[in-house]
Amino acid sequence: MSRSKKQIIAVLLGLVVLIAVIPLFAVKGAEFGGSDDAGSQMITKIRGTEYEPWFTPVMETALGGELPGEVESLLFCLQTGIGVGVIAFFMGRLVERKKWQDKQS
Amino acid sequence: MSKKEKSIMKLAVAFALTFGMVSSAYAMHIMEGYLPAGYCIAWGAISVPFLTAGFFSIQKKLRDNRRSITVLAMSGAFVFVLSSLKIPSVTGSCSHMTGTGLGAILFGPSAVSILGIIVLIFQAVLLAHGGLTTLGANTFSMAIAGPFVSFGIYRLCKALKVNRMASVFLAATLGDLFTYCVTSFQLALAYPSEIGGVGASAVKFLGVFAPTQLPLAVIEGILTTVIVMTLESYALPELKAIGFAKEVK
Repeated sequence: MSRSKKQIIAVLLGLVVLIAVIPLFAVKGAEFGGSDDAGSQMITKIRGTEYEPWFTPVMETALGGELPGEVESLLFCLQTGIGVGVIAFFMGRLVERKKWQDKQS
Repeated sequence: MSKKEKSIMKLAVAFALTFGMVSSAYAMHIMEGYLPAGYCIAWGAISVPFLTAGFFSIQKKLRDNRRSITVLAMSGAFVFVLSSLKIPSVTGSCSHMTGTGLGAILFGPSAVSILGIIVLIFQAVLLAHGGLTTLGANTFSMAIAGPFVSFGIYRLCKALKVNRMASVFLAATLGDLFTYCVTSFQLALAYPSEIGGVGASAVKFLGVFAPTQLPLAVIEGILTTVIVMTLESYALPELKAIGFAKEVK
């Protein structure tokens, strides 16, 4: 990978971090709840009455309650971890292959 | 597509038409139990032909070139990562990205539907995020509608000879945004406003999702561009094999 390409990627990744972090400081005191929840609040608003979901998530039925917050973040991390693991594994192989091929030629 | 595949495809389309039309016709993930049963079935049925096409498309890609499985796995993993990251947005609430743009650009929109539904099932079963009853609707918005827009925009940019990285960025960003537009529309169909009906309701739902999603869509665009740049440097043989890198000079 050329040097200029690496620099572009570094700048782009920096930008990503900025976009993600700035709201945290710009909108102080906000709750940062999920927008999915905001959606269900909107349903209540439009209907005028509370909407009673007609089906409970299987996990909540099995547990007899909501998934604990900490466990939920564990599972989210697991999802991220699986993804990152796969990407990193293959990327590592590809990078090494390129090195090896460059040496050959 | 072989003859057998074609007939299965026809069956799937017929299935979709039968069930899709029965209901009178209802965001990111619609929560479990929040869509009336008729809509759940209808959206699910509509998704079936896309998933079938996606399955065959993946099968064909892998048969033609075994090595493309590397890039396919990475595209799937990309969806896994991006849809698990909840990111704060300017509106004071959090949302997450879809990650489906990458796969759509590399493998075409139908193949991504399979990658998307895997993630959606994972989240619906383990995380109570989205849901099994709303799986059809969520699959349609995140794994079908969004990727199709990404793919379309990428193709359009290519035809217009837009810079390739810019087109990747645009495709991923707009595909992500469109996913949420479809979600709003799906919710609006199910919950039309008393005044103004479906249209007014769609505007309200969009008001919730769109401003939150806009910065995230930009992030998704950037990340997709970065990963495509990296793949171009290191996985050129694979990209050529799946027909993406023909235009790479």
